Parts: sequence; C-alpha cells; structure tokens
Amino acid sequence: MTPALEIVDVSHSFGAVAALRSVSLTVPRGGFTALLGVNGAGKTTLFSLITRLYDNRSGVIRVGGHDLRREPGRALARLGVVFQSRAMDADLTIRQNLIYHASLHGIPGRLARPRIAEVLAQVDLADRAEARVTALSGGQARRAEIARALIHRPDLLLLDEATVGLDVKSRAEVLALTRRLIERDGVSALWATHIMDEIAPDDDLVVLHRGAVLRQGRAAQIAGGQGLTRAFLDMTGVAP
Amino acid sequence: MSHPTARAGAWVTAFLGIARREMLRFLNQRGRFLAALVRPLVWLFIFAAGFRAVLGLSITPPYQTYVLYEVYVTPGLVAMIQLFNGMQSSLSMVYDRETGAMRTLLVSPFPRWYLLGSKLIAGVIVSIIQVFTFLAIAYWWGIRPPVWGYVTVIPALILSGLMLGAMGLFLSSAIRQLENFAGVMNFVIFPMFFASSALYPLWRMRESSPLLHDICLYNPFTHAVELIRFALYLQVNWTSLMVVLGCLAGFFGAAVFMYDPQKGLWARRKGGPA
Repeated sequence: MTPALEIVDVSHSFGAVAALRSVSLTVPRGGFTALLGVNGAGKTTLFSLITRLYDNRSGVIRVGGHDLRREPGRALARLGVVFQSRAMDADLTIRQNLIYHASLHGIPGRLARPRIAEVLAQVDLADRAEARVTALSGGQARRAEIARALIHRPDLLLLDEATVGLDVKSRAEVLALTRRLIERDGVSALWATHIMDEIAPDDDLVVLHRGAVLRQGRAAQIAGGQGLTRAFLDMTGVAP
Repeated sequence: MSHPTARAGAWVTAFLGIARREMLRFLNQRGRFLAALVRPLVWLFIFAAGFRAVLGLSITPPYQTYVLYEVYVTPGLVAMIQLFNGMQSSLSMVYDRETGAMRTLLVSPFPRWYLLGSKLIAGVIVSIIQVFTFLAIAYWWGIRPPVWGYVTVIPALILSGLMLGAMGLFLSSAIRQLENFAGVMNFVIFPMFFASSALYPLWRMRESSPLLHDICLYNPFTHAVELIRFALYLQVNWTSLMVVLGCLAGFFGAAVFMYDPQKGLWARRKGGPA
C-alpha cells in the first residue's frame, strides 16, 4: 500500500547552516507517527518542506504517492496541517475561518456547511462556531485548528507541536482527539513533539536530531528495556 | 478523493472564498473604511479649496474647457484611494505572515499565482467600493463628470487598482516585519503620490523643474491617474493604458516570483513562521 507520506533523502540548509541532512522517513497509512526531537532538531523545517512553504531542492517528498514538486496541487490536497503557532484569522469567527479554509480547497458553501458541523462536533466545539478566534482558550484554539485541518477530509494530518503552550488537560484532549481520528476515520498523522509522554509504546517513532534521522521504528522497540527517555538521551546526548 | 484543481467550479469557489474573506475583514475594520474615505475628502474639501485660488490651470486633455482645481484633482484622489488600498493589502499580507494566517492560504492546493491573483482582485473590488463612495460625495460637492464617465471609469479603476495592488503584493514579499511598513509609507506612497500628476499637471512641473517633470512622467502612478482621468471623461489615454498594463504585468510577475517557494526571497529565507 502507498504510504501516506514518504520522504527520501531530503536535505535543506539555510546558508551555511544545515537544517536537515539526508532525511528519509515513512508515515504508513492509518497510523500515528511521532516525530521526536528537541527544539532546533529540524522538525519545523521538515514540516515547512512537506507543506511546500519551503522548496525541497534535494530528495523526494511524496504525499499519498504524489511527488510534491511535480504534483504540488494533488499532494497538498491530501494534507491537513496544524501549525505550531496560530494560523486562523483572528478577525473572523470559527465558522468564517472554516468556510474560508474549505473554499481554499475548492469546497463550496453548500458542501462546507454540513462538514463544518461535522468537524466542530468531532472536536467538541459545536457550540463555539460563532465565536471569534480571539475569544477561545488555548485548548479550544488548538481544537479549532484541528477542525480547520480536517475540513477537506485529508488523508494525512501534520501536527507541528500541536500541544505547545497548553495545560495538561488540554494537551491530553488534543492528543486523544488526534488518536480518535486515526482510529475512527482512518487518517494518518505525523505528530511532531519534544514531549516523551505523548508517545505510546505502539506508535511509530522517528527520532530527529540535529537535522538527521537517528532511528525509525516502533517506540517500544526503540525504547528497549530502559524506557524512551533514557534511550533518547543515549542516542542524542541531550535531555529532551 | 477528487483533486480540487481538476474541477473548474473549485477554482471559482477558491476565488469567492478569498474575496469573501477580504470583504469580511474590510467590513470588520470600519476604521479602515472611514480612513480611506476621510483622507481624499480632506484633500478635496480643504487642500483643493485653498489651491484653487493660487493654481491656474490651462485647458488640457481630457478637459474641453477650464476646470476648477477640485475637478482636476478628483481623479488623482481616486487613484490615491487605490494606492492606499493597495498598500493596505500589502500591510495585511505582512500582518498575515506575522500572525501565521498566510500559511493557510499558501498550503492550498491551488497554484500560488492564482491565490495571489485572487487576493489582488478581491482587494480591487474593495477599492472600487471606496472609490464610488468618494465619487458620490464628490458629486454632492459639485464634481460632476459626464454620467457615462461613471461607467467608463470602471475598467480604468480595475486596471489601476490591479497595478497598485500588484505593487503592494510585491512590496509585501520584501517587507520582513510590520514595523518596516512605516518605511514603505515614507519611501513609496508619499513620493509616488506627490511626484505625479495627481495634484498638479505635468506642464506645471516642467515649468518649475524639468527633472521633476521627467520623474513624474516615469512614475507609474501618474499613468494610473491619467488613465482614470481620461476614462472619467469618456476618453482613453493609450500611453497610460500601455504603461499601466506593463507595470501590472511586471509587478504581478515579480510578486509571484517572490512568493514562489522554488524561487524568490522565500526560497532563501531563514525559517520562522511563514
């Protein structure tokens, strides 16, 4: 089966500084893949390449089998992205933001309206549709971002440190919501994080450090008998 | 899953979505509408009234007779509305980039030239609403071009609005932070406006400084003003039309280049939120 995301030998640098070095990884369909790395490991750069905010000049990125450089439209149509920082328009309500985002994927209003009701119910924000983004709590805002990312029914969700700045309860809610979406709707997710607690033993795990993939495999296997934190420390030599 | 860019209707939907958002933002920011209206009205009511007494105007095309200074300056003020609107679009692009909202636009499956073009056209629609509100007030003030002029000026407004908006888009790609926008005001908007035929005819400029006259002549804003002025009086200034079309193509091409992830400044930028 074609993987949800396939990255082969991708490198990226900013001037003389290498941000990513020959990164290769695969996100299987219908699974939760955690991308673990400390700040500055290259997670956001990798996300910027996958979302085509930056151009990948070396290597290949395929989303659902579609080469991002050759078929950017087809590849981007399959992606739902939750950025590290807020990406919704603060001047508009949640519903207006979702209609706007749906239109950016070619979904007209008559089709968007039932989908908006559906995704807002999924993220438990059905009663906040008319609220402005600025009126939401941190956890609600992240869930609204997930609703935005889901509106066009993507195959692959990219979540770049989606729980940053959230309290423990909101963090758990956002993570549980993402896992629920995978189980129920069959979407795949690439979850970038630096928090060990967010990774379950059965998750697929990619360890990214200083722009290079150190390991990819089942989290339990990578952790071995010593636990994930210890294994990560041994691999990288830094505290997460 | 069907690919959205393969359906013609999806392209229209994307454009309408972008236009709707621009309109909602415009309506939400009532201060912006007021400022866009008050600025040219202050020029018309106060500045033009003062200058009427000191500035003599000979008969120059498209006018068939002597005109009051208020009449002369009105097309320039219309273009000023569009200039400020273009810069407002530029400002909102920089703001969107700083707040992260622009990433939503740029990860859309539609090509960037189409997304930027849609944003540009949406901005022009907003500017034309502002212009006609101004022209309605100007009519009440006694500035009354031929009735059909209100129709024939529309294509000129579309083209000049597109050119000035494309210039704003291009500038927004080069501005790194919102704080730098003050520089744009000082080094782009004011020189463009004052070194043009918006406030005084070019022959007047030549009398005082041939160099300044040449600068005004090569200023694209002069040609936007003249295109509007002639269209308002049921004529076409072909030179201005060509200049405006050329500048539109140049500015828009440069903006698309700059926003292309494979080219332009974005390819070289040093990370951070988009």
